[in-house]
Amino acid sequence: MSAKTLYQKLVDSHTVVKLDEENVLLFCDLHLMNEYTSPQAFSGLDEQGRGVLIPGQSISVVSHIIPTHHEMPRQITDPASSLQALNLKRNCVKHNIPLFDTNHPLQGIEHVVSPEHGMVRPGMVIICGDSHTTTYGALGALGFGIGTSEVEHVLATQTLVYRLAKNMHIKINGTLPAGTTSKDMILNIISQIGAKGAIGYVVEFSGSALINLSTEARFTLCNMAVEAGARGALIAPDKTAIDYVLARCPDITGKMKDRALAHWASLYSDKDAQFEKEYEFDTSDMAPFVTWGTSPDQAIAINAAIPTKDSIQDPINKLSLEQALRYTHLSDGQTLEGTPIDHVFIGSCTNGRIEDLRNVIAAIGDRKVAAGVRAMVVPGSGAVKAQAEQEGIADKLIAAGFEWRKPGCSMCLAMNDDILTSGTRCASTTNRNFEGRQGRGAITHLMSPAMAAAAAVTGKITDVRKLQGAANG
Amino acid sequence: MDKLSKIHGHAAALRIANFDTDQVMPKQFLRGIDKSGLAQGLFYDLRFDEYGEPKQNFFLNQAAYVGTDVLITGPNYGCGSSREHAVWGMQQFGFKAVIASSFAEIFYSNAMGNGLLLVVLPEDQVQALMKEADDKGAPISLDIDIESLTVRTLHHEFAFAMSARYRRMFLEGLDVIGLTLKYKVEIDAFAQEHWNKQPWVKDVARKTMDRLS
Repeated sequence: MSAKTLYQKLVDSHTVVKLDEENVLLFCDLHLMNEYTSPQAFSGLDEQGRGVLIPGQSISVVSHIIPTHHEMPRQITDPASSLQALNLKRNCVKHNIPLFDTNHPLQGIEHVVSPEHGMVRPGMVIICGDSHTTTYGALGALGFGIGTSEVEHVLATQTLVYRLAKNMHIKINGTLPAGTTSKDMILNIISQIGAKGAIGYVVEFSGSALINLSTEARFTLCNMAVEAGARGALIAPDKTAIDYVLARCPDITGKMKDRALAHWASLYSDKDAQFEKEYEFDTSDMAPFVTWGTSPDQAIAINAAIPTKDSIQDPINKLSLEQALRYTHLSDGQTLEGTPIDHVFIGSCTNGRIEDLRNVIAAIGDRKVAAGVRAMVVPGSGAVKAQAEQEGIADKLIAAGFEWRKPGCSMCLAMNDDILTSGTRCASTTNRNFEGRQGRGAITHLMSPAMAAAAAVTGKITDVRKLQGAANG
Repeated sequence: MDKLSKIHGHAAALRIANFDTDQVMPKQFLRGIDKSGLAQGLFYDLRFDEYGEPKQNFFLNQAAYVGTDVLITGPNYGCGSSREHAVWGMQQFGFKAVIASSFAEIFYSNAMGNGLLLVVLPEDQVQALMKEADDKGAPISLDIDIESLTVRTLHHEFAFAMSARYRRMFLEGLDVIGLTLKYKVEIDAFAQEHWNKQPWVKDVARKTMDRLS
């Protein structure tokens, strides 16, 4: 038997039929839906008189449009958004699909909700009408985003016509220095390979830097692989991943557990497996990373300078730099440290988990949110919110002057009423700094939760390591 | 999807790299439950100012560019959010094809599945087409032949590649779901065997929800 990558093993074990040299019919184990990329899929089914083939493998959430105000019960006042939520409920009831509805206590972002309750298991194929489905690679599951037509296809057939990807291996060596996280790691990698560096590839991450990363930190890493264009991101499941899964899957016991463990132990790239592309990075002297432009690959270390126009040869990259700096009101060659910010957003499927909130608390110490800064914390799910309240994190955040909100996607894409006005500069733990993403004319700097926390308490982009020295002794 | 073998179009250049779907179709146009009204949202922040007035310096708002239906643009077009609304909006606005040196993966399958033709050419050829369009100061006449896989303008002729499956989808106007449902017996058999091997993935959403409630 020839050597296979983990990616090839996952595709092979889910191939119903091979359609041609480039495409297979791929069986999908878990299908997540939200309120805004699924409506036209359901109406497409209805128009053709088709049903949902296997409803028990799908789950829906209301996440992108939901307001995060602290009111009970939660109400969506925008009429169009309200109709989307109602429509999702109607479709789920009609087709017998489980739903975390608006006021469900465990409601939240799809990519936070599904792994935290054990729906994501190693070796699965998971799809969702949302690009950040790559997150699940952290548990050795092949996750990827799809469009609405494909949502309709999955509902009707439980499969996708799937174009095979190439294999990329990114080895990350070294240990993460104090003050840095997997968010800095992935921003660093994207800045080096570029926003289109992984188009056509599924990326497998490995290396010594991953060994000590928690599952939550690995979610962040795989979540943002799509910002390099990756079709998927994978980490071979190790003890850390399997312990995380078993703790959340009370149904996997006895003989089934033995079989599951045996299967999961086979999920790795064979020694002689071929990757079409390989990279190697070392994190040992890595500094916290922050974006300066309007694409996630336009990122630099906090102690580095924005590239100068003259240093860029490629005419397209040069034009991109000029366009980006015009939007972000920064200059080439300048550093980011000390740039005043107006707003801080901590949350999203990238960094809205409990560990992220613990990192925020650790970074701020006894400090308060700086005068003139609005700082918002939006937990990724109802479970994260409850745990943060139980651990006293919420109280500390509120005492420090942060707004403690209800779960949802919120200001990551600003599809609810959490939206920034033009010119507002935001330190954000999200995944995209695109033009207009958080509001027309608003400027987004992507960074880790600890760095966003440092920005909140100092009112400017700050190297969190300078605070940590003082805060943690 | 309708059958399509040739596009006779009018092409213009949009010189932006990594043009993401947030810019193609901003969030405020994603609140519907059908596909209507998306032409208005296309490239909204480029086309309209903060008061909703058309920006005269944006080419699609200029008289010379009325009827532009093919876009020649920078690499990694359609990156970011998976929203298919970006594709529907381009089609409702009148676009038939986009030419670039690379496209984001999800956007690629969204577009091709809906019959918005995406043509991948090497960057130097894309630049040559952009220059031809810029020199004219108006959309250039451009023909795309899906049978022979060529792009032709007054000054250039380039060949492009496309998977046999997508080419057949365009030429024959196939219903993909209908085609897949022909494999229903194979899908059912696969599912049974898959769940026999890995019972812990069967009904995983339903069982989790039942356990949590």
